Amino acid sequence: MIQKSLKHLAQALASKAISSVELSTLFLDRIDRLNPEINAFVTVDREKSLQMAVAADARIAAGTAGPLTGIPIAQKDIFCAEGWRTTCGSKMLANFVSPYDATVIDKMHRQAGLVSLGKTNMDEFAMGSSNETSFFGPVRNPWDRSRVPGGSSGGSAAAVAARLAPAATGTDTGGSIRQPAALCNLTGLKPTYGVVSRYGMIAFASSLDQAGPMAASAEDCALLLNTMVGFDERDSTSLDRPVEDYTAHLEQPLAGLRIGLPKEFFGEGCDPAVMAAVQEAIAEYRRLGASTVDVSLPNSHLSVPAYYVIAPAEASSNLSRFDGVRYGYRAPDYANLDELYAKSRAQGFGAEVKRRILIGTYVLSHGYYDAYYLQAQRIRRLIANDFVDAFKSCDVILGPTSPSTAFKLGEKAADPVQMYLSDIYTIAVNLAGLPGMSIPCGFAEGLPVGLQLVGNYFAEAQLLNVAHRYQQATDWHVRQPADLA
Amino acid sequence: MSLTLEQVQRIAHLARIEVSAAEAMSTQGHLNGIFQLIEQMQAVDTQGVAPMAHAQDVCQRLRPDAVSEGDRRAAYQAVAPETEAGLYLVPKVIE
Repeated sequence: MIQKSLKHLAQALASKAISSVELSTLFLDRIDRLNPEINAFVTVDREKSLQMAVAADARIAAGTAGPLTGIPIAQKDIFCAEGWRTTCGSKMLANFVSPYDATVIDKMHRQAGLVSLGKTNMDEFAMGSSNETSFFGPVRNPWDRSRVPGGSSGGSAAAVAARLAPAATGTDTGGSIRQPAALCNLTGLKPTYGVVSRYGMIAFASSLDQAGPMAASAEDCALLLNTMVGFDERDSTSLDRPVEDYTAHLEQPLAGLRIGLPKEFFGEGCDPAVMAAVQEAIAEYRRLGASTVDVSLPNSHLSVPAYYVIAPAEASSNLSRFDGVRYGYRAPDYANLDELYAKSRAQGFGAEVKRRILIGTYVLSHGYYDAYYLQAQRIRRLIANDFVDAFKSCDVILGPTSPSTAFKLGEKAADPVQMYLSDIYTIAVNLAGLPGMSIPCGFAEGLPVGLQLVGNYFAEAQLLNVAHRYQQATDWHVRQPADLA
Repeated sequence: MSLTLEQVQRIAHLARIEVSAAEAMSTQGHLNGIFQLIEQMQAVDTQGVAPMAHAQDVCQRLRPDAVSEGDRRAAYQAVAPETEAGLYLVPKVIE
C-alpha cells in the first residue's frame, strides 16, 4: 500500500479493501520510524489524523465520499490549519496554533475528505532552495542523506520520496515546488498564478506565491489539483474561471505537439549529466510524436536579478506583520515599544529571512524605488513578453528544472548568491505567472534529474497530459531509493 | 553600488530589526554580494515598458460594504503574546 498511486489507493478505499484508518496508520507508523532521520515533518498529531480518517471512513460508508476521501497526504507547514501548529519553518511561529483554516486546507480536508498526516518542514518563510534555513533543522534527501532535498518545499518532497506520505502540497514563489521535486524524483506542478487560493497560505511574495501538488506521477498531481483549485473571494488575486477536470485529457496522444526549446536553457551553467538526461527526454518526446522548435527567451538572464528585488520587496512588506504583539514570538526583554519590535524580529527571524527583509526595505526606500523596484517590474514585463512570443510557435516549453542534482548539505549555505542561482530555470516562470512542472527524467550518478515543462496560461491540463504520456513510456518516476522501498 | 555599515544600520532600523555591530559586518558583505547580482538590471533599457505587478491583467475586485466575518476575537487573541481585557498589551507609548 505504501508504494501505491492515489488512483489505486482510492480504489482500495472505495472497494473497502482497506479503511482510511488502516491506511493512515500505515503511513503514521512509517513516519514514526523514518522521520527522525529524514526530518521531513515538523508536526505530527496521530490523534487528529485518525479523527479525520474516522470521519472519512464514515463518508465512504455513507456513500458521500469524493474521489480522494480517506487518502492521507502531507501539508507544507505554510498553510494555516485550525488547531494545528503552523510554523512556516520559523522560530517566529514555533508556538503558533492557527485559529483558522487556509482555503487549500478547507478544500482538501473538510470538503474533499483527505486526511492530513501532519505538517512538513520547509525553508523559513519559504525563503531558500535547500531547506537549510528551517528553524527545525535541515531535511535530508532520501536518495542520499548527506544531500539537500531542495527547497523551499523540501519536507514535502522528502516525505513523498521516502513514502512517508503518498502525496503532499507545496508552494512555489521562485521554484519551491519544481526544484525539490526535481532533486527528489517527484512530479510537482506550480499552477498559473491565481488558480489556487492564497488565503491562509503564509505570504512571502504575494504576486508570485502559488500552491500546487507534489506526488509520484502526473496522474496523482491531476487528482490532487482537482481538490485545490477554485475561485475564492477571500484572495484578492484569485481568478474566477470555469472549473476543469484535470484528469480528463491525460491520455490524449502527443502527435503534433510542438515543444519549444529555449536556447537560454541549453547553454552554459548546467551540469552536463543533467543536460544528457534532458536530451534523452527530448528524444523520447520525439518518439511519442512531438516535434521540437527552437525558441528564445532573451531576457531570462535577468530573471534572478529582478526576482531578488521583487520578492524581497514584497516579503519586507508581508513580514512586517510579525511585530511581537498580535501573534508569534516576543523577545523576553525590552525597554520600550521600539525595542519590543526590533528585538522580537531580530531573535524570531533567521539570517536569510532578515537578509531578504533588509534588501526589500532598501529597494522600497525613498530615492531607490524607481531604480530598483520599478525597474524590476519593467524587466518582469519583458520576461513575460518573451514567453508570449515563444508560445506563438510552440505549445509547451521544455528544459532542465535545476542546473544540478541534489547538492551536499552545507555546500551552498554560506553563499546566498550561489544558492539563488540554483533557481535560474524556474524563476522566470513565476515572474510571468505561467504554470510549470517538474517530472523525473533520469539519474546522474545515482541522483534524480528533473525535466521542466512550462505551459501557456491555464494550460495545466495540457502540461499534465504531456507529463503523463511521458510517464506511460518511461519508468523514472516509479523509481525509489533502494533502502527505503 | 555597495552599502556602508552606516547604511546597513539605517535599513535595519527602518525594518525594525536589531543588528549588532558584529552582525552588521557580515550582513554588509552578504547584502553587497546580492546587490552585485541585482545591479545587472541597471544596464537594461526599459523606457516605455509598463511595469508589471501581476501576471493577469485583472481589476481589483470590489465587494459589498457589509460585515462578512463573525466575531472570533477570543480565538485570535488566544495566540497573542500578552493580552488583557480583550486588548493587546505593549509597553507604554504615550507618557
